[in-house]
Amino acid sequence: MRAFLSFSILSLIVVGLALSLSHVPFGQDRMRVADYYLDHGATDTGAPNLVTAVVLNYRALDTLGEITVLFIASLGVGIFLSLQKKKDTTKDTKNLPEASLIVRRGSQFLFPLILLFGGYIFLHGHLTPGGGFQGGSVIASAFLLMFLGNTGYRLRQGPLAVTESLAGITFVIIGLIGLGIGGYFLNNFLPKGSEFALFSAGVIPILYAAIGLKVGAELAGIVANMFESGSER
Amino acid sequence: MTIGNPMMYVGAVGLIMIGLFTMLSKRNLIKIIIGLTLLDTGVNLLLIAIGYVHNRTAPIITRVHADPSKMVDPIPQALVLTAIVIGLGVTALALALAIRVYGHYKTLDTRKIRGLKW
Repeated sequence: MRAFLSFSILSLIVVGLALSLSHVPFGQDRMRVADYYLDHGATDTGAPNLVTAVVLNYRALDTLGEITVLFIASLGVGIFLSLQKKKDTTKDTKNLPEASLIVRRGSQFLFPLILLFGGYIFLHGHLTPGGGFQGGSVIASAFLLMFLGNTGYRLRQGPLAVTESLAGITFVIIGLIGLGIGGYFLNNFLPKGSEFALFSAGVIPILYAAIGLKVGAELAGIVANMFESGSER
Repeated sequence: MTIGNPMMYVGAVGLIMIGLFTMLSKRNLIKIIIGLTLLDTGVNLLLIAIGYVHNRTAPIITRVHADPSKMVDPIPQALVLTAIVIGLGVTALALALAIRVYGHYKTLDTRKIRGLKW
């Protein structure tokens, strides 16, 4: 009965999607708004990566909303998992077997290199494929590697929270300075610089660095919360 | 659907359907969350496939590819870029809820969780 109902609902959705997608042929040029972004994006914002130009210049307010959604999700994970913590968390981790020397030293060797790579990705987000969200995810993967490779590894939540808050405040303050100077929120008030240079495109590298640190701190906090609640039983 | 290759659409819609079917028919909370991530991936893939244009490259201006009329639509890519990370956050939130449910009811079977009945 349950499977039959699911199948009937799904077949309705499939028919609807097929009917609507048949009017959207694959690979055809259907751009209306995007033509403006493609033609004027690089000169308007100074960012050769036009995806970055859309994310951090034309639609920067949406990006602020999106990092707020991510912040609320990580806050929810922290709240749900901290309600059952605060027992003796060191006792159970002692019973876990220690990882081998190669895994431990290897993860400790790779940790700063992965952090450096994440920083590279979010600092070059306006020039190359990449950006704050991707670089932040790479940074969080470095912390995940440390948790997997080192039994009983603990992450201090204080510096993470400070980093995350400072990054969020930086984003909003830059937006407010733009409001004061140019008359609208997140105005690109810094000089655009020369094309293909690291310090170009005005406020975009600063905003992407803030997003990268914020996303990295939030995802690392999620990983830390998951590991600490998992090591209780 | 006659022009080009609609297999991208078929694959993306197939992923969405597998995810929806998993969420509707399975009773284990972890399997429902797996269905949620499949649905998420399918939606992202569908958006990217809609933004694709034949014989065009990524919307990044370099010294070699400097012609904006040879680039695909950047707006779906900008959407999906953030949607992937937010999907990860939502999955983590759902898993945290599942951990709390397991801690309270000692089961992940939605039939046995009495608080969900009405």
